[in-house]
Amino acid sequence: MQYAVIKKSDLSRWFDSMKEKGKIYGPKKKENSFVFRPIKEFEEMSLEYIPTILPPKKYYFPQKEFLFKFKINPFKTGKAIDTFEEFILFGVHTCDIAGIQCMDVVFNEKPVDPNYLNRKEKMTIIGFECMHYCDEYASCTAVGTHVYKGGYDIMLTDMGEEYALHINSEKGENLVAGKKYISEMNADDKSKLKKASDEKLKRFKNEFSAGSEEVDRAFDKGFFSPVWDDVGKRCVGCTNCTAVCPTCYCFDVVDEVSLNLNDGDRYRVWNYCQMDDFAKVATGEDFRPGRNARQRHRYYRKFKYSVMKFNKYFCTGCGRCTRACMAKINLKETVNALLAERRGQ
Amino acid sequence: MKTDQASQDLLKTSPYKPMKAKIVRTHKYTDTEKFFRIELDGNKELGHMPGQFVQVSLFGYGEAPISICSSPTQKGTFDLTARRISTGALTPALHKLEAGDTLGIRGPFGTAFPLDKMHGNNILIVAGGLGIVPLRSLIQYILDKRKDFGDVHILLGCRTSKDMLYGDEIASWQKRADIQFNCTVDKGDPDWKGNVGLITSLIPGMSINPKQTYAVVVGPPIMYKFVIVELIKKNIPDNQIVVSLERRMKCGLGKCGHCQIRNVYVCQCGPVFTFEQLREMEGECHEGECYVKA
Repeated sequence: MQYAVIKKSDLSRWFDSMKEKGKIYGPKKKENSFVFRPIKEFEEMSLEYIPTILPPKKYYFPQKEFLFKFKINPFKTGKAIDTFEEFILFGVHTCDIAGIQCMDVVFNEKPVDPNYLNRKEKMTIIGFECMHYCDEYASCTAVGTHVYKGGYDIMLTDMGEEYALHINSEKGENLVAGKKYISEMNADDKSKLKKASDEKLKRFKNEFSAGSEEVDRAFDKGFFSPVWDDVGKRCVGCTNCTAVCPTCYCFDVVDEVSLNLNDGDRYRVWNYCQMDDFAKVATGEDFRPGRNARQRHRYYRKFKYSVMKFNKYFCTGCGRCTRACMAKINLKETVNALLAERRGQ
Repeated sequence: MKTDQASQDLLKTSPYKPMKAKIVRTHKYTDTEKFFRIELDGNKELGHMPGQFVQVSLFGYGEAPISICSSPTQKGTFDLTARRISTGALTPALHKLEAGDTLGIRGPFGTAFPLDKMHGNNILIVAGGLGIVPLRSLIQYILDKRKDFGDVHILLGCRTSKDMLYGDEIASWQKRADIQFNCTVDKGDPDWKGNVGLITSLIPGMSINPKQTYAVVVGPPIMYKFVIVELIKKNIPDNQIVVSLERRMKCGLGKCGHCQIRNVYVCQCGPVFTFEQLREMEGECHEGECYVKA
């Protein structure tokens, strides 16, 4: 069964049936924002949410990730690969699923990253399609993540009284198997889904002022553009944009020594190209001085370098960098400024 | 099935875990530069080529990328030379280690000097300051396989004679009839009998057959600018000018992002690049490294 249907009123008991499979993380309201948190009861969740402060990345690429234990004297290293527990991400937007697909290509590239791959293997993703824009900061249509394109186990789409389920993996099959309240999609449901999707597509329009070919060209020619100086002048170097990005994966490696000063753990921790010492070497030479150059680097990693390397945008259009920016640097505006400059406006 | 097993095994080992290694000899060349001869646990070969680097691990202090300064023709051990950076975490601790102490090694990482292409050609080596460290690996390799190469000319520049590394070896290079060796210091002192002046001053007077010459240049960023201009004046093609770039490699695996220049991860695609490749990185290279308005 590739497409199925569940009544909205049955979603709660379907959720309950997943609890035995592993810990469930879902979106939850926190003051004026939303966050991913462990969810015990279905009612805790807010499925109608705008992108969470941090993407669910924290569960598959933790902010501080244990690498291995060591002993200083005598020199010894402990087991480096952890076995992880099964877990479920519930209610993930298509933009954040695109973020997971970006991480997949990065950490599957040789040399592969066993930490990520082992964790990912234990992850089940239940997607939740947005039928309306979250807010004015999203640019998911421009980067093509407003509709689902794989990368999940099950995708939920709101059809009014029911949710459509697109089952995309064996893991997904297992979650619906034997559930009497989940039925295979009939012709009627199919036309309902099509209608809902068509209406949605009318609402979602390219947020950039040009298509991807022109965006490509603008980044191709825009390396020395004054746009970067403008962005650089406003940037306060707080690193918020990179901290909240679902496709940022830069990290640092740090040691923590216990009180006996002999045993310790090595970790990797998130690190950001927007920090002023990110490219500085021990002798003091800074190889990427200037907020203009660092902001440019961030944009090029999302729109150019990843396209060169993986043929993929590493911007998921989630809008988090814009929402989190203290200087109101707006991704849509920056890209549009670059496009306008290309057109000679 | 076999590949499945191989990929399963891959997921059981961590590329972050260093190998145990032992220091077998140290030598302090200057106040800040110390030499370490290192043997991997179980007498394993490191299996590097000249130009590559390792990540040195001192638990509690972290890791730092350090150039390998010995040739792979040296079996059983390899050499490192590290400058002590007083503001850094790792190198002051590393400098306290002596023969018999242990440390962790990951690697070798990065690209090597293009020896296949260099074979049969004349070699011009330009070393400025600490640039001699990775170049020592290349020089030793060339001297061990001397007949594989054409004319070999080494130019070495330091701030003062007191900053010079590998003095004993340099004395032996100077005596060899099958290589030309010139040395210069920025500032002379009463004991110094050699050239005084910048390393660039040694190039104009050389007679170079540009099509058959590979120039390998390693030094501080600012040196590249001036040396590369002189090499271009000698008509050495951009793809025969070879450099090694310093960057902050944290992981060595092309992931952590610290060493990136534009779309290039220096730890995987470098640290050895040709000047032709550097031109493509315009705007993200240090202005010294990437002098393109020749």
